[in-house]
Amino acid sequence: MDFSLTAEQRDIREAVAELCSRFPDAYWRGLDRQRAYPEAFVKALTEAGWLAALIPTEYEGAGLGITEGAIILEEINHSGGNAATAHAQMYTMGTVLKHGLDAQKRKYLPAIARGELRLQAFGVTEPNSGSETTRLETRAVRQGDRYVINGRKIFISRAQHSDLLLLLARTTPYDELSDKSRGLSVFLVDLTEAVAKGQIVINPVEVMINHHTTELVIQDLEIPAENLIGEEGLGFRYIIDGWNAERILVASEAIGDGHWFVERASKYASERVVFGRPIGANQGIQFPISQAFAHIEAADLMRHKAAWLFDTGQKCGFEANSAKLLASQASWEAANACLDTHGGYGFAVDYDVERKLRETRLLMTAPISNNMVLNFIGQNVLGMPRSY
Amino acid sequence: MARHLLTRPVEWLFVNIAVCAKCVPISAVTIEIDPTTKRVKREGVSHELDPAAASAVEEALRLVEAHGGEVTVVTMGMPNAVDEIRKALAMGAERGVLISDPALAGSDTLGTAKALAAAIKKGQYDMVICATESTDTYSGLVPGQLAELLGVAALTFAKKVKVEGSKAVVRRQTDFGYQVVEAELPVLITVSSGINEPRYPSLKGIMGAKRKEIATYSAADVGLSPDQVGESGAREKVLTVGKPPTRAQGTVVTDEGDGGVKIADFLASLKVL
Ligand SMILES: Cc1cc2nc3c(=O)[nH]c(=O)nc-3n(C[C@H](O)[C@H](O)[C@H](O)COP(=O)(O)OP(=O)(O)OC[C@H]3O[C@@H](n4cnc5c(N)ncnc54)[C@H](O)[C@@H]3O)c2cc1C
Repeated sequence: MDFSLTAEQRDIREAVAELCSRFPDAYWRGLDRQRAYPEAFVKALTEAGWLAALIPTEYEGAGLGITEGAIILEEINHSGGNAATAHAQMYTMGTVLKHGLDAQKRKYLPAIARGELRLQAFGVTEPNSGSETTRLETRAVRQGDRYVINGRKIFISRAQHSDLLLLLARTTPYDELSDKSRGLSVFLVDLTEAVAKGQIVINPVEVMINHHTTELVIQDLEIPAENLIGEEGLGFRYIIDGWNAERILVASEAIGDGHWFVERASKYASERVVFGRPIGANQGIQFPISQAFAHIEAADLMRHKAAWLFDTGQKCGFEANSAKLLASQASWEAANACLDTHGGYGFAVDYDVERKLRETRLLMTAPISNNMVLNFIGQNVLGMPRSY
Repeated sequence: MARHLLTRPVEWLFVNIAVCAKCVPISAVTIEIDPTTKRVKREGVSHELDPAAASAVEEALRLVEAHGGEVTVVTMGMPNAVDEIRKALAMGAERGVLISDPALAGSDTLGTAKALAAAIKKGQYDMVICATESTDTYSGLVPGQLAELLGVAALTFAKKVKVEGSKAVVRRQTDFGYQVVEAELPVLITVSSGINEPRYPSLKGIMGAKRKEIATYSAADVGLSPDQVGESGAREKVLTVGKPPTRAQGTVVTDEGDGGVKIADFLASLKVL
């Protein structure tokens, strides 16, 4: 078993770290305070090609695997930044790539790879369905060569910073379905146009982190039928297909956060002197940091295994979900150890610990809550009875 | 520097540039000296492309972007210095040359300059760019020796580099301001720190670097015999290594309403005023 990274993967890690080093703590802190979008960072990331890592070379991307994508996002969070501001540009295109028609791929993917088009908004969650995606109510009705869509979405991130929206909507009423996993379809929506025509109204939702998440009110949105991705009614299956990649990437962000917390905590613990010795000499400070680090490294192994399975075309549902579960828990543990280590200064904005703690907390809840991961493991992997 | 001016048109359409780039311990580690060899410990120490050399690479890339041409990175170092060469290739350099040989270990600055000169002479370059000094040992001696061995002019401490016609024009930093100096190509230039902000490698750059050629030479490959380089060829000998003397404590002036006068008196005593 070889756990080492390839020379190319090491180069990727170093180059991303170098780019990130030009966007220091103060940059992210300033944005957080103003709830501003990291335009300059996303531009630099795009221009250097990092967000096109997963797009195949025939569509002008780098054609890399999820392992490399994972390294890129991990390094952003490791640097003190927040990859969630841009990660969706990396992977949302996966649905188009996997299930789109050739013409759709040629139309969109090269422009996404070049960064001319942003596809980084993904509309699934609704106020009345939440975790139960198959209950979503946003309705798409076919009328000739168009679909007319009405409904409401909540927590749709980066909608104000995206040209396109990948939208999951109902094409067959729930009651008419025998297979409840059918009846949903995926559409590509030109957000700029829809907003200009007043067919989508975007209402920002203020949250505890700098996340640019929004509510979408969709009223008589008309889109050409050719914007349907794949087959009508198979949307939920397509979305599930993308989940493993997303889980691995989100796990990687948590691992990056975890390393940030452990590094900051161990450095501070070694430097801060109280009662005549560094606080890190006290096991009450030292052990929680060591423990969190061990958990992060364990999650890291699960993440690498999941990524390897994914990149070699094998089933990875359990590993990808577990990586997300373990990494988000480990990072949260590290965040708290880091906060405790910093005492009162952990709460001081200038130390960035409280910001990173707020940011990493999201990963336990979104894009899927850890409870639903445990449901998946209990029922789909271990075959226990379904709880819902 | 085999390319001769007479073989070139008067208008220089492109410049081929060799950049001498060193691989140094990463800035986060404290440099340690091996007490027996009295050399910088390099084995087992994380290393990086010298930030000063990265600026030299950046300057070279900007020149070839403006005029056409190619950048070659030349490094003398341990075999793992290919990591640093690859980084320069990912930034946009076209090819790499690594001179690596156990026989080169312990070379003094002149030995290093000889090895670099020998490797550079195997190619055809219009310009050699070096950092003013490396950020690990700071001798600053290699570029001058290299220029001499190549038989070209050295324009040093460049804060700005331009190619005009068949000349290199350099804005040169001095203690009191700037000089503008120029020389006919081929030429050697040393760039000051802060001359530019080196680009970071792009993803395409990293992918592309895999296909670029890195030539590896031994001392014999570049025509150097053991008595010219390495420990045995070194004319500089490190006798002892010691810490710099601690500086005498400064004079603290306490302001009790008369601080200005006290400082003036102190400066007058030094004959500064
Ligand atoms: C900042 C942020 C950004 C987001 N970005 C996006 C986005 O871009 N696009 C998008 O579509 N969505 C997005 N989401 C939505 C996110 O995916 C959902 O919040 C998440 O899936 C949970 O849905 P919910 O909030 O409706 O919670 P609910 O489904 O109401 O669940 C509430 C709680 O009950 C638990 N629960 C529910 N059912 C069960 C059960 N059977 N067993 C055990 N526990 C259960 C859940 O685990 C959770 O803890 C975002 C959310 C946030 C906070």
